Amino acid sequence: MRATVVLTEVRHGLRRNLGLTVAVVLTVLVAGVLGGLSFLLREQVSVMKDYWYDKVEVSIYLCGTESVAPSCLGPNGVAQAVTDAQRQQILLDLKSLPQVKAVYYETKAEAYQHFEQQFKNSPIAQNAPPDSLPESFRVKLKDPSQYLAVTGAFQGRSGVEQVQDERQLLDKLFSALSGIQFGGLVIALIMVVAALLLIANTIRVAAFTRRRETGIMRLVGASNLSIQLPFLLESVVAAVLGALLAWGLLTAFKAWLIDKVLAPNFQFTPFFGWDSVWKAGALVIVVSMVIAAGASMVTLRRYLRV
Amino acid sequence: MIRFDNVTKLYPSQTRPAVDDITLEIEKGEFVFLVGASGSGKSTLLRLMLREERPTAGSVHVLGKDLNRLSSWKVPALRRQMGTVFQDFRLLPNKSVFENVAFALEVIGKPRHTIATVVPEVLELVGLAGKEGRRPDELSGGEQQRVAIARAFANRPMLLIADEPTGNLDPSTSVGIMRLLDRINRTGTTVVMATHDAAIVDQMRKRVIELEGGNLVRDQSRGVYGYSR
Repeated sequence: MRATVVLTEVRHGLRRNLGLTVAVVLTVLVAGVLGGLSFLLREQVSVMKDYWYDKVEVSIYLCGTESVAPSCLGPNGVAQAVTDAQRQQILLDLKSLPQVKAVYYETKAEAYQHFEQQFKNSPIAQNAPPDSLPESFRVKLKDPSQYLAVTGAFQGRSGVEQVQDERQLLDKLFSALSGIQFGGLVIALIMVVAALLLIANTIRVAAFTRRRETGIMRLVGASNLSIQLPFLLESVVAAVLGALLAWGLLTAFKAWLIDKVLAPNFQFTPFFGWDSVWKAGALVIVVSMVIAAGASMVTLRRYLRV
Repeated sequence: MIRFDNVTKLYPSQTRPAVDDITLEIEKGEFVFLVGASGSGKSTLLRLMLREERPTAGSVHVLGKDLNRLSSWKVPALRRQMGTVFQDFRLLPNKSVFENVAFALEVIGKPRHTIATVVPEVLELVGLAGKEGRRPDELSGGEQQRVAIARAFANRPMLLIADEPTGNLDPSTSVGIMRLLDRINRTGTTVVMATHDAAIVDQMRKRVIELEGGNLVRDQSRGVYGYSR
């Protein structure tokens, strides 16, 4: 069969079955957006891991006058700021630990500066008094997984309010993000199942409404391929249309929400780039084509027997 | 052209075979009437020739092919050498006369210039010249059947199978259709026609094969519809 004849059939078929075609497009669109978003979330986590795992360290926060940790309380039960002697000793002990690669000291003023920078567009920064942030030692480890050695040595020591492994904090964030990603993926998969059933049903209806044509085609000796191809192409076209729309929404998501809103306000962390959006789009399109073609072939085998 | 060897067809849900141990041969260029009451197995015989059904037992040869051994992807090629006409015309209502005939050629991949020359020719042959642009619902029953015959004959088949082609037509219109089928037969195309129409069979004096309850009860050259007449 000539290509123009097939394409005419496809166009007529899509128009004749408009309601179901739109349903397929929308279902694939929703599945594509959810699948694409969870892919982008994964990219985001990976970008953040690359960036932050390099930077994070173990922080040893020192006592201030407002500390509440037991190790900061004096004999009278009132919080006492860390003394110079304590600070000196902690630094010496840190440097003597074999796991430690480098130690930086961060004053209250520096801590406040960093804080201001990170939240410069947020009202939090305006409301925090400059000396409310604790001074700290920032410890870089030779092997970040060895943080227990540091925690064990300094947690609860007088003058130390808290020892915090930032990697642990990040891991909590990342596992929360992974949870969201997984949830998105599950919903996307449910939508994929819905799309599969919808495509199968669409083809069933199309095969029924066009049983005259297909009957004649069979009688005059049209090949299986030329009988089935228009149906297959119709569902692939509808699915790709949905996938393209999904890609459009993902692009809009990157262009507006990420680049215009989130990135300027959260400059301390990097965001995924456009290459991830292209990858997500390609993924959504390929997957939707495969799904549509697969569902079509299975259904056509049942309803268009020659 | 067509050979049935001890062919039996038993449909899955039935106890009595629709066609029971039939052996017959139809030569190239013959015109054969297939007669018998409803349910006598005429349509099953035609469906076996078209390989719409496969025999339960026995073998069917059509156009030199053993249909039992013919793999299903070769069936379309076989059907391109056969034309089919039905009682209910089976035209596409949203296509014109020209488009209905052209459709049959398009879907088997004929090039556009071939279609442009073949379709007017065959419409001329069936006597529909000048009505190319009409829709089926603007035509009389006889004219609609002519379109269906034009479609069946457009690819110049070796064999034309007609299942009660005059079943929906009045006697005078039927005569016209029979003349047309006769003309097609004279071009060398074998015609097998199932019918109930006694007048036509009696008039044409062609070979008659009669079925009764799935059995072949008569095979007569230059026959009439029934002995009772």
